[in-house]
Amino acid sequence: MSASSDAGYHARRQARWHYGEAGFWLIVLACGFVFPTRYLIMTDILRLALFAMSLDLILGYAGIVSLGHAAFFGVGAYAAGLLALHGIINEPVLALVVAGLAAMVLGFATSFLVIRGVDLTRLMVTLGIALLLEALAERFSNVTGGTDGLQGIEMQPIFGEIPFDMFGKTGFFYSLAVLFLLFLFARRVVHSPFGLSLRAIKNNPLRAAAIGIPVNRRLIAIYTLAAFYAGIAGALFTQTTAIASLDVFAFERSADLMLVLVIGGTGYLYGGLVGAVLFRMLQELFSTITPQYWQFWIGLVLVVIVLVGRQRLHRWMLYVPNLVIRQIAGRKAVVAVPESDA
Amino acid sequence: MTIALETQNLEKQFGGLRVTRDLSLKIEQGARHALIGPNGAGKTTVINQLTGVLKPNSGRILLEGQDITDLPVHKRVLRGLSRTFQINQLYPDLTPLETIGLAVSERLGHGGDWWRRMGTRSDVNGEIADLLTRFHLLDAMNEQTVTLPYGKQRLLEIAVAIAAKPRVLLLDEPAAGVPESERHDILAVVGSLPRDVTVLLIEHDMDLVFSFADRISVLVSGALLTEGPPEQVARDPQVKAVYLGEEAVNV
Repeated sequence: MSASSDAGYHARRQARWHYGEAGFWLIVLACGFVFPTRYLIMTDILRLALFAMSLDLILGYAGIVSLGHAAFFGVGAYAAGLLALHGIINEPVLALVVAGLAAMVLGFATSFLVIRGVDLTRLMVTLGIALLLEALAERFSNVTGGTDGLQGIEMQPIFGEIPFDMFGKTGFFYSLAVLFLLFLFARRVVHSPFGLSLRAIKNNPLRAAAIGIPVNRRLIAIYTLAAFYAGIAGALFTQTTAIASLDVFAFERSADLMLVLVIGGTGYLYGGLVGAVLFRMLQELFSTITPQYWQFWIGLVLVVIVLVGRQRLHRWMLYVPNLVIRQIAGRKAVVAVPESDA
Repeated sequence: MTIALETQNLEKQFGGLRVTRDLSLKIEQGARHALIGPNGAGKTTVINQLTGVLKPNSGRILLEGQDITDLPVHKRVLRGLSRTFQINQLYPDLTPLETIGLAVSERLGHGGDWWRRMGTRSDVNGEIADLLTRFHLLDAMNEQTVTLPYGKQRLLEIAVAIAAKPRVLLLDEPAAGVPESERHDILAVVGSLPRDVTVLLIEHDMDLVFSFADRISVLVSGALLTEGPPEQVARDPQVKAVYLGEEAVNV
């Protein structure tokens, strides 16, 4: 093999599909058939996963911290609600895209504020924007329904064919399809030169500019794309629950999202998905054991993760499975969690 | 002779401190030009203004006759002005393959391509392979940069700058911190740069300067002390005073 094709081969290697990934999605799909009584919580997890993937795009790849990602979730949620409520766009998929675009416009407009400054400034600016929108939604209650939220949303069938059912089955598979398509798109983007340039910017903005990367333009682009993703997550929320209330903008929603990524890890796209599952399961587990103090236990888990380090935890968790795999398939075949940050 | 890079009355102040004083430099095309001076002379500040990291308070910078004083960093790179850093500025998490691949992609205008995967353009792959080979990084191309030995990182630092195919290259102490055993690789690479690339070398190491440069400018306290061919600068009593003065303190 020549050096040139060798370089190409190794450059493409990152983007290749692994068996583990296919397995992951098959398991998710199977859940839809294995747990027919759990559609609501599973749909909730899918939405959270999409929302977290959106934050991962800016945090894990471009290094932009945000404490106000709910701003885009909220805009998407209200946009989808208003479109359905007033019968402007009745077809859910089209309404979903339009709601995502609304959030995207907001993302583009606010990106100019966010790319200036460093981490702390960014935290404050993003937080401020989300709080601002929450206040606006409360103030213009004639449009948003104020503290009561949007009520009486009735969803029309998807493509005019598939109606939403009361068990949430349609909602689940609809959300899963949306999540998967957007995941495929994100996967493609992060393995492109554009995606690589984001990682370069996160690693070293000074050098990134010094090889000719227009740093600000790239950051604006990914922030805008992430806003679209978050808007879609918000719109899915409204479409699958038929409610949109002020808490879509809530600070807790943005903060929880950071926790999801702390649990799942950033910079490999699956962090948001894995994190969403674990976060909701921990939440369920702790709130059954101790309904009042579940947040204490979530907090404890986070402290442990940060102190011990995620990589070490993964090694411990995969110790037994890898022992078995090594016995069967030899030394090289081990399961590892890919990660760019540790 | 055409002038590749020129500064006209460049002036930079940090607060009340004049770090660059009325500096006018002319660097001829294809030159091996060295900028030397004692510690704190403001050499790196000059580089930072040339590349656009810092904005001068007044004065102009011309690249091949065109005013680039107000251009941002990345646009100067695309115009053919590239640099290395005194302290490595690399991407710790990325591999040499990715680092160089990105630099090549950006130069060829594919950097904003968000759909096509890395490694699917044969022109880019060819250049990456070529650079990896030239800089002895082929074996290490899949290692994370942070895990590479310092000498390799230093080579990568220079390779990234070369990947931009500069017409003017600024080398900021290329051999700084490199252990003696790995120095040879760096010097060989610097020595084998194509002649049509104009090089401005900022260096402390006098052996390297006098073996490499065909013209030397001496910077003291932000101002140009003297300029000329190496033998003339070496004889200059002012230069001797500056360097001997520094040496004398050490004795």
